[in-house]
Amino acid sequence: MDTVKPPPPVRRIQIEAEPTVVQAPPSGNGHAPLATGMAPRLKQLPRPATTPLERMRTEGLSIAYGAKLAVNEVSLTVRQGEVLALIGPSGCGKTTLLRSLNRLVELTPAATRGGRILLDGEDVDGYDVTWLRRRVGMLFQQPNPFPMSIFDNVAYGLRERGSKKPSKKQLEPAVSEALHRAGLFEEVKDNLDHPALALSGGQQQRLCIARSLAVRPEVLLLDEPCSALDPISTQTIEETIVALRSEIAIVIVTHNLQQAQRVADHVAFMYLGDLVEYGEAEQVFRSPVAERTREYVSGGFG
Amino acid sequence: MSAHAGARAAPGLWGRIRGNESWSVGDRVGVGLAWAAGLLLCAIAASIVLYMLFRGLQFLSFSDIFSHPLPGLGESGGGFLDPILGTVVVAVLGTLIAGPLGVSIAVWLTEYARPAWLARAVESGVEIVAGTPSIVLAIFGLIVFQESFFSFLSPTGEGATPLGRSFFIAGAMMSLIALPLVVGATREALHSIPRHVREASYALGKDRASTIRRVLLPASRRGIGTGVTLGMGRIIGDTAIVFILLGATLRFEPNGSLPGWDLLTGNGSTLTTYVFNNSPAGEGGQPEKAYAAAFVLLAIVLALNFAVDLITRGKGKSWTR
Repeated sequence: MDTVKPPPPVRRIQIEAEPTVVQAPPSGNGHAPLATGMAPRLKQLPRPATTPLERMRTEGLSIAYGAKLAVNEVSLTVRQGEVLALIGPSGCGKTTLLRSLNRLVELTPAATRGGRILLDGEDVDGYDVTWLRRRVGMLFQQPNPFPMSIFDNVAYGLRERGSKKPSKKQLEPAVSEALHRAGLFEEVKDNLDHPALALSGGQQQRLCIARSLAVRPEVLLLDEPCSALDPISTQTIEETIVALRSEIAIVIVTHNLQQAQRVADHVAFMYLGDLVEYGEAEQVFRSPVAERTREYVSGGFG
Repeated sequence: MSAHAGARAAPGLWGRIRGNESWSVGDRVGVGLAWAAGLLLCAIAASIVLYMLFRGLQFLSFSDIFSHPLPGLGESGGGFLDPILGTVVVAVLGTLIAGPLGVSIAVWLTEYARPAWLARAVESGVEIVAGTPSIVLAIFGLIVFQESFFSFLSPTGEGATPLGRSFFIAGAMMSLIALPLVVGATREALHSIPRHVREASYALGKDRASTIRRVLLPASRRGIGTGVTLGMGRIIGDTAIVFILLGATLRFEPNGSLPGWDLLTGNGSTLTTYVFNNSPAGEGGQPEKAYAAAFVLLAIVLALNFAVDLITRGKGKSWTR
């Protein structure tokens, strides 16, 4: 190798540059496909035949922590029937964006918000926050079952609704259905009264999915749900995600580009709070339009 | 570390004390002193337990535990059933008050704590109570509960002024000794619950109150148990409050005729005051009874410490942060 190596690609990124938000690929763009090392898509289920139904939308959404802008004027659409992956390097605002969708970001005292978030066409500020969070469920980076039995974990969201407390017998069908949908039922059906924290990490995370599903949300937010799990548990959860998308709109934040390739139908790439590129997963990974997206998905930085 | 230990033979005890040849003289002296301090403490603890065991076995008879003390001072004989029960009553009363109160304070401090100045004030309040000598708490309690407003809580003396001494009053002031321990242990337990566990509950549409009730408090059970048990140990071992606020009668002296209430507002003694009374410093003049009772007292406190060990051991499964 006699030729002088070019500097690492990260040096060539212009932070001050205007973000090029691209909704659809212009025909015949000159970029060569970045086909090297594409992860296979999970093909267990065909894409739902029905056209994706819009569930949530952000309009010019900005979120700041004090003076620091974390999300800058992002407009995105979340549809039932597809998985939307938010990708980008650490600190790009993707988790903040995700946490704003169920207004969890409001728990941070310094956080302020501009722009609108709509759920089924209505501003989320108009909803009661507990109602909104039942409609928009969330899964966290670390599995976090509550210190109670498996059954009680899944039933947690169903209890204390109204003045009449539902009995265990009344809750049983909903609990086992949620466990079925999360793909956990067969493993735990005989041990529903065992403590949830005794399960393995992957089982705990699927229990958390079941816990979210039990309240029948319309949207499910996943914040790097597999980052603490082994590859086999990750695969099980990814299959669950793909299977769920026909009934629930799913947004997943991930650092793992291969994971985004496997599960996502649409991909939004964020960088330093800006939405840089949004499009079909195939297009964003194979022929990204924005220069920064190209750099990121080809492993140039991040 | 472990690879080295495996490769080389583990140093003997003397080798550990002597340390490495490359250490400076100062370091070696320091290490030697640290060893000496640890061994000295072991020796002190062992000699207390062994001596009390010896004296206890020598003087404790089974009937002592089940017979009442003789009413008059200076009479020889009698057991210490009443002081044992008195200790139990004061400890239970104190923890019944300190437990819920301490847990509430800890929950407020970790989960609410607004406005900030009030949180700081509550924190220093807890610290001040923790630092106040129990004799000061006792004197303060006596002043408060001798007000005629509290006359229903203790026997009344001449001129209908309340005596300011009863099981209830002693238990109430004792709760202040246990309170900081309960607050501290509960706060620590609540702090150790990762933030995302709270957020998982909020994300299911729960408000803060039901998150505390259904998730945070159950997750803090061990911490609360540890704090309450430690507090109970402190209550059982305290002498000053009992001496001043319980009336120092060796037998139960009920007040009034309402069952239960007569005992709570009546006078009596605990093991600590019984030991004091019968020790050479007191007026009872039965040192052998003092040894026997002190042995029982030590056994109870050691049992409580053992219970704390059991609670904290094997922390159980928990979350990653």
